[in-house]
Amino acid sequence: MAGLMTARRALGLCLRGRRSLSQLAELPETHQILRQTCRDYADRELTPIAAKLDKEHCYPAKQIQELGAMGVMAMEVPEELGGAGMDYLAYSLAMEEISRGCASTGVVVSVNNSLYIGPVLKFGTDEQKQQWITPFTTGERVGCFALSEPGNGSDAGAASTTARQDGDEWVLNGTKAWITNSWDASATVVFATTDKKLKHKGISAFLIPMPHPGLSLGKKEDKLGIRASSTANIILEDCRVPLSNMLGPRGAGFKIAMQTLDSGRIGIASQALGIAQAALDCAADYAHKRTAFGAPIGKLQAIQFKLADMAVAVESARLLTWKSALLRDSKKPFTKEAAMAKLAASEAATFCSHQAIQVLGGMGYVSDMPAERHYRDARITEIYEGTSEIQRLVIAGQLLKEYQS
Amino acid sequence: MSGRVLVGVKRVIDYAVKIRVKPDNSGIVTDGVKHSMNPFCEIAIEEAVKLKEKKLIKEVVAVSCGPQQSQETIRTALAMGADRGIHVEVTGKDYEALGPLQVSKIMAALAKKEDAQLIILGKQAIDDDCNQTGQMTAALLDWPQGTFASEVALEGDKVKVVREIDGGLETIKINTPAVVTADLRLNTPRYATLPNIMKAKKKKIANMKPADLGVDLTSRLEVLRVDEPPQRQAGVKVETVDDLVAKLREAGTI
Repeated sequence: MAGLMTARRALGLCLRGRRSLSQLAELPETHQILRQTCRDYADRELTPIAAKLDKEHCYPAKQIQELGAMGVMAMEVPEELGGAGMDYLAYSLAMEEISRGCASTGVVVSVNNSLYIGPVLKFGTDEQKQQWITPFTTGERVGCFALSEPGNGSDAGAASTTARQDGDEWVLNGTKAWITNSWDASATVVFATTDKKLKHKGISAFLIPMPHPGLSLGKKEDKLGIRASSTANIILEDCRVPLSNMLGPRGAGFKIAMQTLDSGRIGIASQALGIAQAALDCAADYAHKRTAFGAPIGKLQAIQFKLADMAVAVESARLLTWKSALLRDSKKPFTKEAAMAKLAASEAATFCSHQAIQVLGGMGYVSDMPAERHYRDARITEIYEGTSEIQRLVIAGQLLKEYQS
Repeated sequence: MSGRVLVGVKRVIDYAVKIRVKPDNSGIVTDGVKHSMNPFCEIAIEEAVKLKEKKLIKEVVAVSCGPQQSQETIRTALAMGADRGIHVEVTGKDYEALGPLQVSKIMAALAKKEDAQLIILGKQAIDDDCNQTGQMTAALLDWPQGTFASEVALEGDKVKVVREIDGGLETIKINTPAVVTADLRLNTPRYATLPNIMKAKKKKIANMKPADLGVDLTSRLEVLRVDEPPQRQAGVKVETVDDLVAKLREAGTI
């Protein structure tokens, strides 16, 4: 009797799981059309200009507006607030295709969707959503996320930026570092400590418009890759905002940041997938065309083994990414899977872009081919939104909890 | 006037794909090859949707003739703004033999059935380059036609069409109902927005067979052979103009 009950329960689990499992094997039709639309857009509008954007460190304002018109800048936001009302699997697909065309454009889209709109959507009041989300859905305005400081990146709990209450205003002081979109943003989510004694439980989140008195920007960093997106310090000197600009409850800042980054990891994993795929495409295409020793180099085992390893790395990272998106969409815990996805995808991106240069040989080292740009763009994916080391800590933490008896 | 526009959308091999001829020269390889909507059909859909947005027409119906996969093409049209779709199922040998004559018979039958005010088609398909379906459809219906349109303006019960012709641009005014075929410069097709892609899922696609419309699919054409274009041969460099003239005389060209 017990055996029959277990078998029936197992069957039930199988059938319930089938819908999400089959989505890993073949995407639903709407998602296929969405993916194709984003791919067409990337092929026609992003790939042709990506090298130029990179060379000139030029923010893709026109493309961001076009993506906004398509609904890509606010994919999860409900339609009433001006968004596309889609799920995170759709977001992941869109991010991968856009990043495949231009990784810089991808990070602008990701930061706006996951790191800026994400926390406001989850923790904001209705008024805050109207004020801070709706104008940021069209691509005309983008937001940014200010957590890291010169003194702490991975050690986010040690925030030294302060916020003290003065009458009916919060006054913020401190410096935030490495802020993506900073020079192009119209608003930021800032994390500052309201109670230093409470350590990470004393951190709160604030919304600050940009530009704003008391908020200034440091110099634009001269980065190795993703050069079309701006990265700079945000300096707060007696920056005053109304009390209603606090996001979520006082002291909830650290929790808001961590939960936001969980979702952001799916976006960055998708960006890394796009870069990895672009590198693989470049290498495979070259393997067909370049001849050496009397035949296309794709006939040589050394090249074939590289391409196979690259393909496995990308596809396995992609399945991890899709799974974490599906879990999030089903409102199930996804912290471990998102960290696994980001880790796998970013390491796939650096691996694939490294090997792509190897396949291209000398041509991989010059800017005539996009391989060198993929190599430079890939590197940051192992660092931002949680370094690979932090991802490993998150994964191990979640894993060990599962084994606790 | 019904305010209804029929737009034909054809599923063709994607323009960016490298075409390969089957080893037996009976046709080209289509299995596993990326397909998408014919670019001129995209322009046709865009024009119809724009007319609807200007409130000059009431409904855009996307039509495709072909196998099951043609429904993807119709869904893309729905995502771009068409209101509903009609899939005329044609498979197997019938599909291989499907050409402008058969499609125009189907379009004509549908136009009568749906009481269409306007039919917009792409000027030609990028796979067969026939440039016949629009013209044949108009003839079968005995409707006026405005082909190679680079501008379309609805004026009451007439359509003003600016046509791209060899000599330049020709402007004509024709009565509706009419057939218009879209040329490259008519418009720039929109990218489907994500909300529209979601909405497209709920729009209806009706299924029917050519027999339901009383259409006979028999082809009057038989494809004998398909060959790749000849490989480009290397040229010959000459040193002087005299050498050039001598070589041209040799080749019999002067």
